Amino acid sequence: MKGCYINGMGMVSAQNLFETDFLETAVPYTTENVLFAQQPSYKELIPPAMIRRMAKGVKMGIYASTKALNEAGMENPGAIITGTGMGCVEDSEKFLKTILDNNEAFLTPTSFIQSTHNTVGAQIALGLQCKSYNFTYVNGAVSLETALMDAKMQIECDGVASVLVGGIDEIAAHTLSLYKLANIIKTEEDKPYSVINSDSKGIVFSEGASFFALEDSQKATTYAQIVDVALRNAMTSNQVTSFITNFLAANKLELSQIDAVVLGNNGDVDYDDYYEAAAALFSETPQWYYKHLSGEYNTASGFGLWMAAHCIKKQQVPSVVKKNSLERELYQKVLIYNQCRGKDHSLILLQKC
Amino acid sequence: MGKKVAITGMGIISSIGKTVEENFAALTEGKTGISTLENLETIHKDAIKVGEIKLTHAELEQLLGLSSDNNYTRTALLGAYAAKQAVEAAGIQSINEFRTGLISSTSVGGMDMTERYFYEYFQNEKVRKYITAHDAGDSSHKIAEYLGLEGFVSTISTACSSAANAIMMGARMIEAGKLDRVIVGGTDALAKFTINGFKTLMILSDTYNTPFDNHRKGLNLGEAAAFLVLESDEVVARQNKKILAYVSGFGNANDAFHQTASSENGDGAFLAMKKALQRAHLHPSDIDYVNAHGTATPNNDLSEGRALLRVFGDTMPEFSSTKAFTGHTLAAAAAIEAVYSVLALQHNVIFPNLNFTTPMEEIHLIPQTTLKNKSIHHVLSNSFGFGGNCSTVIFSKN
Repeated sequence: MKGCYINGMGMVSAQNLFETDFLETAVPYTTENVLFAQQPSYKELIPPAMIRRMAKGVKMGIYASTKALNEAGMENPGAIITGTGMGCVEDSEKFLKTILDNNEAFLTPTSFIQSTHNTVGAQIALGLQCKSYNFTYVNGAVSLETALMDAKMQIECDGVASVLVGGIDEIAAHTLSLYKLANIIKTEEDKPYSVINSDSKGIVFSEGASFFALEDSQKATTYAQIVDVALRNAMTSNQVTSFITNFLAANKLELSQIDAVVLGNNGDVDYDDYYEAAAALFSETPQWYYKHLSGEYNTASGFGLWMAAHCIKKQQVPSVVKKNSLERELYQKVLIYNQCRGKDHSLILLQKC
Repeated sequence: MGKKVAITGMGIISSIGKTVEENFAALTEGKTGISTLENLETIHKDAIKVGEIKLTHAELEQLLGLSSDNNYTRTALLGAYAAKQAVEAAGIQSINEFRTGLISSTSVGGMDMTERYFYEYFQNEKVRKYITAHDAGDSSHKIAEYLGLEGFVSTISTACSSAANAIMMGARMIEAGKLDRVIVGGTDALAKFTINGFKTLMILSDTYNTPFDNHRKGLNLGEAAAFLVLESDEVVARQNKKILAYVSGFGNANDAFHQTASSENGDGAFLAMKKALQRAHLHPSDIDYVNAHGTATPNNDLSEGRALLRVFGDTMPEFSSTKAFTGHTLAAAAAIEAVYSVLALQHNVIFPNLNFTTPMEEIHLIPQTTLKNKSIHHVLSNSFGFGGNCSTVIFSKN
């Protein structure tokens, strides 16, 4: 069976990292409850007329996917698989607002056309003239993970040589105000915000796009191998330990063989017990975290995957992502655990090449 | 690899019936579900026809036995209703006994509630429970919760081909040995959002849709949910299960032509059908019936028609679009048509393409317009969506 290797990556996030190699300029956020993604310059990639018409998510997706493809030297992927929790909310809102505000009159189709969840995957395919398999997963916090799982199956079971995988979520104004109304987002009073040892409910909300060029063989640009991915819709915090140990057992691994664990702590005190259970299980293991840099959104785990893959390749861990003081000589196997609001639990196992 | 993927249960709710039997009866009696809209307020009410399920939100809640504090959207209600039927039909007593998954699909998710309360949310605290029910994944979480399923749950949204892709992913996971059993399908409720969307694209018919007819005026939107239970050989053997049919092949390709329109010669559709036949190890001449996408838009039917002729040439089997019965149910379309494909296999019958009178002038392609009995071993079902997404699934008796 062929392996599944990350050979290129691209990222748009709340951090301005476009001119740096990794996290050199990364700064933790503590004073804003909504983090908008830092926008790269799009004009080298997208014609100006299209830049104006395209929603932010589509632009971020095109930018991040181009970076990933270029790095891996991948021209026409054998599959394009995207994940998005909320989809193209900007265009959805725009179209819905026009319907409601004008009593269903004076509508133009553009925002409706761009509102479907698979718009980013479709636009990438259109740009590349890529007629391959093209899927979009839309299941909350496991949207990107399902895409990764599918990609792994494409490569390992279906003989596909290259797959472009990405996660995209954008913030749109009305949905943002609804999330505040529903107390999903932390309030001003909760400042300063912290994703660990937080005593407030809710999250710091954000957006971004992360893309991964996956191939069936290693090359000079390879970051890491994706060994396994597991998902589970719901569980109690008491089940986290068995979820992780069963996954490790299925991969014939002991706890001690995991060299670092990446935790998706997002500072939501109501659901912190899940991450605490995972952290307790790995009390002897280096722990890394990232949502103080990326904020939380349905595909934020892409930032975690991007960060972990970098650390494995470089064998260096920036202090800004260290959750405890433990270190290892060699980071061979890294496990990523994520969940949001007690749902959509995922594990990704990475291995150094 | 090479594990067979058996279908052991089906559930459906559509404008032509809220059980598999009711749907079959309507299909064989030629009884359409297209009507005037009742459950939704829109200024287009009298200018369009829809495939609407004549049950209100409250009636659906009651059918499911939900408590009053639930926050199910119509999409979740329909999905839970159909999925439950499928699980019962498959004789599943203990849902988590095997590694069981759910792969649902939807295009609009909880849009019915979002468009109703978009501004009211700010004044009315009571309706705020629906804010978190908007995203597509929420409907799948609801369905899983309703079934008591704990395990792999995901959702696909590739517009109108979504459910075909859910079936495909489910089948692949069983073939790869990642799951023993998976409930696959889709659900979509009618919404002002989609009605206006298709209206602005000028592809909504003002009367009954007429697939593959030269004078076709566009589609009727519909709403529906359907799910299939797919099980591995081992699970089937261990439980001595009755098998309804097999998922024998599938293919997905991208037209890479335009965000909403299909290419002139249906390149994506052609590739999807080719891949599906290849995966099923079948020749075009092995296919006994094609359940076409056939939305009755000028663009789709011609593009699909050309792709069908490219694939089948002189061996074009009987084909029909059942969308004159149900309307176009978007993400759920491929799921309800999967149920119809299995019914065609089980009963050796081809369902009529209603409302067809005049062949398209560009190509020679005439659908089956009457109910026809024929020995059927393999059915090919097409579904295409925005974003150039083209999917084909093949269902087989053995």
